[in-house]
Amino acid sequence: MHNNDSPFRVLIGKPGLDGHDRGAKFIARALRDDGFEVIYTGIRRTPEEIVAAAIQEDVAAIGLSSLSGAHLRLFPAVVEALRKAGVNDIAVLGGGVIPEEDIRQLKEAGIAEVFTPGTPLEVILEAFRNACRQHREIHQP
Amino acid sequence: MEKNKDLTEWQDKVLAKSLARFPERRKRFTNHGGDEIPLLALPEEIDDQYVRQLGFPGSYPYTRGVQPTMYRGRLWTMRQYAGFSSAAESNKRYRYLLEQGTTGLSVAFDLPTQIGYDSDHPMSLGEVGKVGVAIDSLADMEMLFDQIPLDSVSTSMTINSPAIVLLAMYVAVAEKQGVAPQKLQGTIQNDVLKEYVARGTYIFPPQPSLRLITNIFQWCGENTPSFNTISISGYHIREAGSTAVQEVAFTLANGITYVQTALDAGLELDVFARRLAFFFNASSDLLEEVAKFRAARRLWARLMKEKFGAKNPASCMLRFHTQTAGNTLTAQQIDNNIVRVTLQALAAVLGGTQSLHTNSRDEALSLPTEDSVRTALRTQQIIAHESGVTDTVDPLAGSYFIEQLTDRIEREAVELIDKIEKAGGVVAAIEDGFIQRQIENAAYEYQKEIESGERMIVGVNSFQITEESRPPTLRVDPEVETMQVAALSQLKKTRNHDKVQNSLKELDQAARTDANLFAYVLAAVKEYATLGEICDVLRQVFGEYKQH
Repeated sequence: MHNNDSPFRVLIGKPGLDGHDRGAKFIARALRDDGFEVIYTGIRRTPEEIVAAAIQEDVAAIGLSSLSGAHLRLFPAVVEALRKAGVNDIAVLGGGVIPEEDIRQLKEAGIAEVFTPGTPLEVILEAFRNACRQHREIHQP
Repeated sequence: MEKNKDLTEWQDKVLAKSLARFPERRKRFTNHGGDEIPLLALPEEIDDQYVRQLGFPGSYPYTRGVQPTMYRGRLWTMRQYAGFSSAAESNKRYRYLLEQGTTGLSVAFDLPTQIGYDSDHPMSLGEVGKVGVAIDSLADMEMLFDQIPLDSVSTSMTINSPAIVLLAMYVAVAEKQGVAPQKLQGTIQNDVLKEYVARGTYIFPPQPSLRLITNIFQWCGENTPSFNTISISGYHIREAGSTAVQEVAFTLANGITYVQTALDAGLELDVFARRLAFFFNASSDLLEEVAKFRAARRLWARLMKEKFGAKNPASCMLRFHTQTAGNTLTAQQIDNNIVRVTLQALAAVLGGTQSLHTNSRDEALSLPTEDSVRTALRTQQIIAHESGVTDTVDPLAGSYFIEQLTDRIEREAVELIDKIEKAGGVVAAIEDGFIQRQIENAAYEYQKEIESGERMIVGVNSFQITEESRPPTLRVDPEVETMQVAALSQLKKTRNHDKVQNSLKELDQAARTDANLFAYVLAAVKEYATLGEICDVLRQVFGEYKQH
């Protein structure tokens, strides 16, 4: 499923104060069912905590979820915290209640993909697989 | 028909008394042809089984409703949850809603306020004013209710862990308006247990949280007799993905825990129990939802009477607020959401709700625009004034399907509550993760059904179209955070520093004893101690809850 070697490792994080974790938990479980190794941070984490966990757990991608409207501040803050930590090979993906007009802004800030309500699961899984494949190509050329 | 003894007794005692105090909204309720619509339809023969399972409205076990005349006497309170940005902005929205015919306010606080952080706290980054109004001190609360008379408007506040602080601020604002606490009407959510399993705005561990809740029960019992001291909420449990049965079971299990805690603290059951309110979700399965409301009402009545020995009929009445299910709204073809909300609101009304919030069509995209909120309110008004379902009490009673489903939901909820009690009660079941796992599994199965197409969601996995343009959405001014922080810094310069510190010190000392903390919190908010400062004192004493 994930090439012939070890499974892909990803982290699902909830930055900020939003407690709506139904989507994050669903994605975490669906990724596991798909063969990923998934670390879920739980709710109410700072961008710095998420990045520290991602580095420690050696993941290939981070998936962020926020439904409180704070995505424009919090998602780029995670990208920024990665940069500060000198990490440039972990992709950041995000989802939540995100208006169309914010998506371009998030992508410009370095968020690889943004998923809004109603996105089919397979689209999200494929985006994580892609991010992980790219990560693997960098490290195992 | 031979007059039934139970029926005669209800007519003579319960109904007559109610009609004398609260006349019906109209002299006659008729259809287009002029035929009279009966207040209450009954089976040909009223047997013991009927009396035991359904009874009469306004009478135990309240299956058919908590009031004898239900909506013929008074419609439900149309209460739209609102609040965003600053206190001044939210105040404008409240006054707009009141002008449009809303009959009660419902305050949404932003997440920092709900978690006891001031707007300048590092954890508040990006969240200030987003999902509700930012309240840092009494100064914000004064602005929030500016020109809104608190002796005549009833206010519901969605606040849990720091409920004691926000309620104290509300009492203080009322006092400044010259309104005595005795006159205040409304509800605070104050239901911390469900925060640990859904929603997530906990601060303190369960035990000290339960103490704060009991402090509120007691203070309000003595000072605000018309205020609902808690709104025991299944809404968020359902939003997190539970089934209808789980929603009833977990909510009532939480209710049992609050009652037991208050009894253990020495409170009088028939004094505090009548001020307990509930809050349920109205989801899309119309008939199941109607049965759910009826089952919850009957089960709570039985628990209060049989388990706790309540004597006052009001202690046995499950009075509830309903909100339509946010998680069923789609970002695709958003006008379809108006239809979803209509069906869900209809379920709430057929189920006998006391107040109702209808979601707006654009809430899968952002906070609702003013236009969308008006349509949501109109939906309630159309059900109330045009649909005819308000002309008779509990119109679906006696349907084989509805009654069987009501029985089944009650039975399965009892089984689940028993399971929790055998496992050591709600707090143990939260700490063990039992409740969280149950909800998570139900949510997962449901979503898998949508992904596989087995469960059809119109516009999402079936009947899709390509949508060219997106509707306008409401944007919260990103400057609100900066403005809020500046105002807070200004406040800290102008208030009496010594008095603030003194009030916080007294709160700290009281928190270390088993004193009722309400008066201490009230004294602190009156000195303009901030929400964050007060919660920090309590964090020091109580510790903080961490999700595991």
